[in-house]
Amino acid sequence: MNVPYRWLKEYTNVNVEPKKFSHEMNMTGTETTGFVCAADTIKNIVVGLIEKIEQHPNADKLVVCSVNVGKAENIQIVTAAKNMKEGDLVPVALDGSVLASGKPINAGELRGVMSYGMFCSVEELGLATNDFPGSIEDGLLILNNGACEFNGKPGDDICKVLDLDDTIFEVDIVTNRPDCLSIIGVAREAACTFRAPFNVKKPEFTTCGGNIADHLSVTVEDSELCPRYMARVVKNIKIEPSPLWLVEKLRDCGVRAINNIVDITNYVMLEYGQPMHAFDYSCVDGGKITVRRAAEGEKMNTLDGQERILDTEMLVIADSKKPIAAAGVMGGENSEIKDDTKMIVFESANFFAPSVRKTSKKLGLRTESSARFEKGLDPNLTEEALDRACELICMLGAGEIVDGTIDINNAKTEVKTVPLSHEWINFYLNIDASEADMTDILERLGMKVENGIVTVPSFRSDIENKYDLAEEIAKFYGYDNIKPLFFKADVRSGGFTEEQKFEIRLGEALRASGLDEIMTYSFVSPKCFDKIGLPENAPERSVMKIKNPLGEDTSIMRTRALPSMLEVLSRNYNYRNPYAYLYEIATVYIKNPDETKLPDEKKVICFGFYGDNGDFYTLKGIVESILTAMNTKECEFIPCADNPSYHPGRTAEIFADGKKIGIFGQIHPLVAENYGIGGEVYAAEIPFDVLYEATAPEKTFKPLPKFPAVTRDLALICKDETSSGEIEKKIKALAGPCLEKIEIFDVYKGAQVAEGYKSIAYALVLRAEDKTLGENDIEAIMTNIIGGLEKDGISLRK
Amino acid sequence: MEINIKEQLEQIRANAEKELAEIASSEELEAFRVKVLGKKGELTKVLSQMGKLSAEMRPVIGQVANEVRAYIEEKIKAAKEQIDKLELEKKLSAEKLDVTLPGKARRAGKKHPCSIVLDEVKDAFISMGFTIASGPEVEYDYYNFEALNIPKYHPARDTQDTFYFTDDILLRTQTSSVQVRTMEKVKPPIRVISPGRVYRIDEVDSTHSPIFHQIEGLVVDKGITMSHLKGSLDLIAKKLFGEDIKTRIRPDYFPFTEPSAEISISCFKCGGEGCKFCKGEGWIEIGGAGMVNPKVLELLNIDTEEYSGFAFGMGLERLVLRRYNIDDIRMLFENDVRFLESL
Repeated sequence: MNVPYRWLKEYTNVNVEPKKFSHEMNMTGTETTGFVCAADTIKNIVVGLIEKIEQHPNADKLVVCSVNVGKAENIQIVTAAKNMKEGDLVPVALDGSVLASGKPINAGELRGVMSYGMFCSVEELGLATNDFPGSIEDGLLILNNGACEFNGKPGDDICKVLDLDDTIFEVDIVTNRPDCLSIIGVAREAACTFRAPFNVKKPEFTTCGGNIADHLSVTVEDSELCPRYMARVVKNIKIEPSPLWLVEKLRDCGVRAINNIVDITNYVMLEYGQPMHAFDYSCVDGGKITVRRAAEGEKMNTLDGQERILDTEMLVIADSKKPIAAAGVMGGENSEIKDDTKMIVFESANFFAPSVRKTSKKLGLRTESSARFEKGLDPNLTEEALDRACELICMLGAGEIVDGTIDINNAKTEVKTVPLSHEWINFYLNIDASEADMTDILERLGMKVENGIVTVPSFRSDIENKYDLAEEIAKFYGYDNIKPLFFKADVRSGGFTEEQKFEIRLGEALRASGLDEIMTYSFVSPKCFDKIGLPENAPERSVMKIKNPLGEDTSIMRTRALPSMLEVLSRNYNYRNPYAYLYEIATVYIKNPDETKLPDEKKVICFGFYGDNGDFYTLKGIVESILTAMNTKECEFIPCADNPSYHPGRTAEIFADGKKIGIFGQIHPLVAENYGIGGEVYAAEIPFDVLYEATAPEKTFKPLPKFPAVTRDLALICKDETSSGEIEKKIKALAGPCLEKIEIFDVYKGAQVAEGYKSIAYALVLRAEDKTLGENDIEAIMTNIIGGLEKDGISLRK
Repeated sequence: MEINIKEQLEQIRANAEKELAEIASSEELEAFRVKVLGKKGELTKVLSQMGKLSAEMRPVIGQVANEVRAYIEEKIKAAKEQIDKLELEKKLSAEKLDVTLPGKARRAGKKHPCSIVLDEVKDAFISMGFTIASGPEVEYDYYNFEALNIPKYHPARDTQDTFYFTDDILLRTQTSSVQVRTMEKVKPPIRVISPGRVYRIDEVDSTHSPIFHQIEGLVVDKGITMSHLKGSLDLIAKKLFGEDIKTRIRPDYFPFTEPSAEISISCFKCGGEGCKFCKGEGWIEIGGAGMVNPKVLELLNIDTEEYSGFAFGMGLERLVLRRYNIDDIRMLFENDVRFLESL
């Protein structure tokens, strides 16, 4: 919201430098994000009187003007403009001046004739045509164009005569302070901040007799949505542009001037924070206004020319036939103030905030009016605002006010009182403020303090209890004046939980394996399931769908971590990064069949890579080192040929204690292709909770062996499809308790081995706990192993 | 004859001295030792003539021979030490490496910058006796809004444009939801932080992301005052940003705290004098805070006459971007390996 300093000073005589004002207001809770002053840019532009216009000797389209700029001698200006005549007052950018855009203007020769400056348009002054009545876009700004009274004389600084030398503060009002969405509200805060006097004059106006009841009747059908409705009728309206001072104030607040009546409603809204509306009385059918809910599907054109389709949750202002305004949001085109409007109805009403908010949202129409109503306005404000509008009618001579006010007031306005709790406030804020100091602050904010009881004005709907009072005291006593203290607390155990520690170690293990951590979006595209080759009936396809996503690509909560990983690998591949080794501990969101319940949020460890000569065994090495680092129970790796996302011949599932704890392997070439990754890509997915549960009990020290170990090598021949895991399992079973360790040291296929067969060589370490194994013992074990394997078609390599 | 042998011995000694001076390697030295002192060496050859000597001369010449042998052995030993030293120097110098060449081992992976900073934050709080709580990201409206004194159609909802699944289930817009869940489960004293993802409808650009992280903190105990809020924020800022950092709070509004405050810290680039980095203000906003609104405590059956508390929240990404001088928040979610490995 813009707050012109000059306007604010009409209510309080604060007079500090803008920078200080801005800082101090920030420290008392009125966030001032910046300030501007047009006159800081515009330099050396004055009012000029065009005394003579002559044709340029060398150019058809140029004229040479003799201009009085308040100096002893006129200056000569060459221009191509057409819309001026002798006797016009125009803004003149003198030699060495600067326009609002920052562009400098200097004297120069135009087709052989010297020009000692330039005439300005509204735009060159940083203004729009609405900011000066009667001005045009393509042409000079004629200051004495008759559309409004202009009092400048030749030589006057344009910034002074057009009020461009005021400082305008940009303030952000917090949502619980609608009273501050007004010049008066901000002025009150400023007055308290600087401990300056504050004064708002009661509006005064005269009426012209008659009786409003003869012209207008109002019915409020839904008093919950419209707690108060006030109206006045003004006749003999003379529509004209507003005077310059009013236009300038609207301009500084960023509001377009339209005509005197509309401008008055906007002026009052800016000043008091109470949105108002003016209806053309001739368009109020039957002289009857009904405040009612719209009928389902009822249509209305709003002032912006758009057709709006209404529903029963929306409140409308209607005449006897049709809606003439969407209550609190925008007026209807059908009852708009026109140049020939003769009689008007001023509306000053209070609408139920949530309803305005809802309507504005549904219509996609946010206005200065709805922005105020939806924060909840004071029902008592309607009266002051209406009076102020009448005062302005009189000041501007814009019409005659008919006697009588319509006021349908169903607002509950109990007077709120809160005990001051002086000592408690001092305790709670840990400050030492006297009761008198507190009283002073609260009274400056418009509260009454009597016998330790604070009476809260109706415009402070945010104040309900002692905590709210404490906040007001804190703000104006100064947050800076509160002593910092560290809280005293009993010694107690903080720290990470076991699961949190597990996750920390897990991250360390993943990074130790050369994987970089990534962070990806939790919402993904529904297309990702097709991309990873998931069948139509896969349970992962049952997802949480966002009702209002940013786009299709981010519309569902992920149920798998793999697509996010592949997405990132693909991006790196496209950036031509030669390799990427990545991990994420990603959350997935498993939909609850009961849609009123929250999904199950599970963490999944997902890692993947391409490049740098990584292959399946690189991946398996990473998997194994992580399982070891996390002290997982002994794991088995079982080939997995039927996961559609993975290569059928290069994928394994990890089992611990017969329970599946994860999957890893080469990404299926078709899936890799879907992600545009050429070459081999590898990935693993291990649910966090499953891995955590598969943690082996902590190891205890076992006495070091007393007896020596014997090593025996075993070279076997088996069919290609036999996995070494199976053989290992068999050897372990056949060897019995003396087998301490088994390791593969060679896998061979080729000339010496028959087609369809391979050779695997194992190194066995045998040891007994209670004796040195003799040649016979060893022989017995080996015979048993070899004999057992032969039964399964696995023979000793000769 | 006697004289002759003696002369020969002296000759050997003199020659040895000369030859030794020219020996530069341990192989040469060994060859020299064998040539002079070996079984078939010069000395032995001379001594083999001893039989021809008279009985009284033998001990005399023997004496001389031993002296010569001892002398040469001594010289060889000294020469060996010298040569070994030189050879070692030569070897070491030949083995010299360019230590500035890159190391060979596969580098360890990197933490995501958000994790780096978040872990520091967690450590700082853990050291102050806090625990870490988490809550669901897909959350009930109740925990995210209603219980935090933000009823439906409250204007504060405007500032947090929300993704919805149903009318009641949404993506949390603030980690403050975990405050409520914590107070439901744990009785005071409470000292907890809850970092996590939050979601708001924001078109993606260099400063906006629909997903970001917040770190929420909550302290509820007997006799907690606004001073404690200020002091704790001070301490936390110092732990996170350094001892010289100053903290400033100024009024703000959050429906679930009263009084509420915006937290700023003195700019860590210019120390508070105002620079390009802090837009000339000398201060950088890092989050919001306040005394827990008694309405929230009451809703959770915490006796407000006995207990009070404060809460604070910070955006993680903002800290990360500032810390690493990253000018585009999208970098954090893009996960370009070159970016990840550079930090």
